[in-house]
Amino acid sequence: MQTLTPQRLRELDLKATDVREGIIRALLAAGSGHSAGSLDMADIFTALYGHVMRHRPEEPNWPQRDRLLLSCGHIAPVRYAAMANFGYFPVEELLTLRKFGTRLQGHPERVSLPSVETTSGPLGEGLAQGVGMAQAAKMDGADFRVYVVTSDAEHQCGLHWEAMMTAAKFKLDNLLCIIDRNFIQIDGSTEEIMPLEPLADKYRAFNWEVFECDGHDIAAFVATVERAHAVKGKPQVIIAKTIPGKGVSYMEGDYTWHGKPPNAEQAKTALAELAATRERILAHV
Amino acid sequence: MSDTQTLDRAAQAMALVDYRDTANLKQLPTRNGFGEGLLEAAQANRNVIGICADLSESTRFEALKNALPEQYLEIGVAEQMLVAMAGGLAAVGKIPWIASYAMFNPGRSWEQVRTIMALNQTNVKIAGAHAGVSVGPDGATHQAIEDIAIMRVIPHMFVVVPCDSVQTKKATLALSQTFGPTYLRFAREKSAIVTSEATPFEIGKAQIFREGADVAIVACGILVYNALIAADKLSRERGIECRVVNNHTVKPMDEAAIIDAAKTCGAVVTVEEHQVQGGMGSRVAEILSAQHPTPIEFIGVNDRFGQSGDPVELIEYYGMGSAAIEAAALRAHGRKRT
Ligand SMILES: Cc1ncc(C[n+]2csc(CCOP(=O)(O)OP(=O)(O)O)c2C)c(N)n1
Ligand SMILES: [Mg+2]
Repeated sequence: MQTLTPQRLRELDLKATDVREGIIRALLAAGSGHSAGSLDMADIFTALYGHVMRHRPEEPNWPQRDRLLLSCGHIAPVRYAAMANFGYFPVEELLTLRKFGTRLQGHPERVSLPSVETTSGPLGEGLAQGVGMAQAAKMDGADFRVYVVTSDAEHQCGLHWEAMMTAAKFKLDNLLCIIDRNFIQIDGSTEEIMPLEPLADKYRAFNWEVFECDGHDIAAFVATVERAHAVKGKPQVIIAKTIPGKGVSYMEGDYTWHGKPPNAEQAKTALAELAATRERILAHV
Repeated sequence: MSDTQTLDRAAQAMALVDYRDTANLKQLPTRNGFGEGLLEAAQANRNVIGICADLSESTRFEALKNALPEQYLEIGVAEQMLVAMAGGLAAVGKIPWIASYAMFNPGRSWEQVRTIMALNQTNVKIAGAHAGVSVGPDGATHQAIEDIAIMRVIPHMFVVVPCDSVQTKKATLALSQTFGPTYLRFAREKSAIVTSEATPFEIGKAQIFREGADVAIVACGILVYNALIAADKLSRERGIECRVVNNHTVKPMDEAAIIDAAKTCGAVVTVEEHQVQGGMGSRVAEILSAQHPTPIEFIGVNDRFGQSGDPVELIEYYGMGSAAIEAAALRAHGRKRT
């Protein structure tokens, strides 16, 4: 990874705003879809595509690419918006989200869109597949890394814990799990529906190296990834604290935005807020 | 439709609403009937409980959750846990209804269903929401079109696919009072309500919704409405009279009704929002090939996955609209032995 200069950081902050705009536009056009989680992972996806990962947008199936799995497929809009903004396809294609014939299926599909690595949407299955990819890299002596983005509520699925055990057994230090710790799920707060805390301790008990960071601070996230990469002999997890709906004031912190899109009026407000955010970033020289 | 023609006698006997009157036809999601039926069943019997896996609104658990919170449990995103825990609760006398999207329960939890519900013969009831391609924009990962196949292959299971929200409510109540492992399937989108409060419902008893002796259309779920529309059009435009059978209980299937339809009509079309392979129509074919070989045409998804799109658009694209049913009826009619 290159060093993250202040100039580069500012570019990434601007890109994250572009990604959020793409999410809002896509969801508005689709008329359905998941707003809260998509928006709250915009900074991390921007950091991954824009700084952390080794990848080639013009050659999505490049064998040496780092693998990024989005386990919680319902937040596909953030991945699609990041891919579009980093050159995988035209930003305009985002408006086909969830429509008949699109490559941008409601939940991402491996066969439709190269480099999404796997089909997801059914929760709790991403880490297990990431374990398989990381193990294959070890077997082949390949040096790509595997990143798995998971939601917090996915930790209620049994398979995820099977994957945690397995990753530790095989000492998969080429595997980094990133948790969107936004404390929400469909029916309310994760801690009311099925408590996950103390989540960090649970990972430690499973022999993982645990990091925590602010999921909206790109510099902090990148620094945390660097520390994770330095770990030898253990899989790593970053518990990224996020605010659901981040960047759009009326959605922030409100679990009811888990699975609905903005209407035209709400989208207008959201885009205006994001434009203001962009102005603020630009004004900060 | 504004004409004065009344519905045929079979429809009257079944107390159907005039499904041809599109302007006044009520539409509600079948899942609404589940929510209403469950609340009533739980009010009548405090052993009836609901267990939710983070989908209380989608599955219509909300009515129970609000009215009888002591008969409602929330366990998060854990569908295998749903079945296994319900098995334990049932073994101690509860009548648990467990609900998620059909894709995840019974999709993800199949082996638990087989062992803990069926082999064990426990009184666990699965409500499978969002079945079929009519789930729409969520796409293939969320469109359960294999669930009937994987449920009907398990011994002891009841598999019920009601035709509208009114019937879903009746099915929920009836199944709550019937001992045995159960799968009740319903859909996400609004669909036409063709039955009324007065329409009878009995588990395992298929219903003749329209009389006719030229072709039998055997349908289940929300596509029963499309079958009725197709039959009506074939009658008006071609003089072909179809018997329409609402085959809501896929297991145990009403064999006598299927054989009678085949004997009367000499040709059969099966209609379901599911893979053709292994579905309700496959069971019809098993029954008829053994007992009364008859030409059959199958309406359903043909060995493909679903995809994102508008629900109606997808029903048409996958060949399950009323025009496709009409065409299948004509093909079946043409294959009749004379
Ligand atoms: C196996 C499985 N069960 C149920 C669902 C339905 N579902 C979609 S998202 C979700 C949980 C949402 O919480 P979280 O994963 O934390 O996402 P967030 O709301 O934070 O975006 C559920 C239950 C699913 N997609 N997969
Ligand atoms: Mg969450």
